[in-house]
Amino acid sequence: MNWKRALLAPAIAVPVIALFGWGLTRDPGYIESPLPGRPAPGFALEVFAPGTAPLARPAGDSIHLDSLRGRIVVVNFWASWCLGCRDEHEDLTRTALAYADRPVSFVGVLYMDQQPAALKWIGEMGGQSYPSVDDPRSRMAIDYGLYGVPETFILDAQGVVAHKQTGPISAAVLTRVVDSLLAVPTGAK
Amino acid sequence: MITRRRVMICAMVALVAPAVTMAQHVRTDSADRAARGAAMPRSSAQLDSIRADSVLEARTTRLAVQLRCAVCQGISIQESPSSLAREMREVVKDQLRAGRSDAEVKAYFVSKYGEWILLAPTARGFNLVLYVLPALLLIGGLVGIAVVVRRWTSAPAP
Repeated sequence: MNWKRALLAPAIAVPVIALFGWGLTRDPGYIESPLPGRPAPGFALEVFAPGTAPLARPAGDSIHLDSLRGRIVVVNFWASWCLGCRDEHEDLTRTALAYADRPVSFVGVLYMDQQPAALKWIGEMGGQSYPSVDDPRSRMAIDYGLYGVPETFILDAQGVVAHKQTGPISAAVLTRVVDSLLAVPTGAK
Repeated sequence: MITRRRVMICAMVALVAPAVTMAQHVRTDSADRAARGAAMPRSSAQLDSIRADSVLEARTTRLAVQLRCAVCQGISIQESPSSLAREMREVVKDQLRAGRSDAEVKAYFVSKYGEWILLAPTARGFNLVLYVLPALLLIGGLVGIAVVVRRWTSAPAP
């Protein structure tokens, strides 16, 4: 009778401890996005930061996602008040330039910010090679299920979300994902 | 001592004065509004549109309390003062105005944020555990207590 009772405690405690242990290995802030694997929500927003040659688009132009079909699109949500955006800025701007002659487009999307502050930030950061659009009422952000900034979505040539990055993205991840998408034969032009 | 008291009085006046002027603003505002309301006869079309607005507002609120604010900790977009929550609430209202059903609006948010966006998980599949387990535990506990109590009361002390 006693050995039964002695077994009871570990029989209850071990699964509970195992469950907590498993919980500790998980990031409670991480929420799986339903977007990867699905067609990216369309957008048509106005450029406010033109970027630099050869990737520049004049301010006031509107960028339609539809017009980028056939190209790999890197959509990066950012804001001048966002610290993580400072970490990834150089990687994004450099990687965008590196793919300037490939069918790859980079688009910055301003999130909950004022254009003058954003333009000043770009100046402080030493420029942004690709154009940024403004999303004044956050409709695009909500369409993309945004939790915060920075977040980056990489769309394949068919306009399907291939990768979602929460938090700063590195040149290594950008290059790996973009290269793998460029390698898909149907993705080329 | 006197100077200290004077400073105290000045500080109190500085604190109270804006509150008084603000209260006055509020009073004139509401008086204005009452006067305007009385002076403006309302047509039935206007009344209809006001009624439609309040229905839309009520539907928006009813949905907004069920949707999680994406940038907050466990509160709805109805309760959150954050700008993203405000915009999400506007999206709810826009979609309802466009004739979407409550279920369609919820489905839109689930398709963007996953089921996480719903404050109450749908009672389907694995989620059923959440709804059934508490009841099972309660029944199990009651049965356990009943068994123990019966044993305590029926068995004679050795």
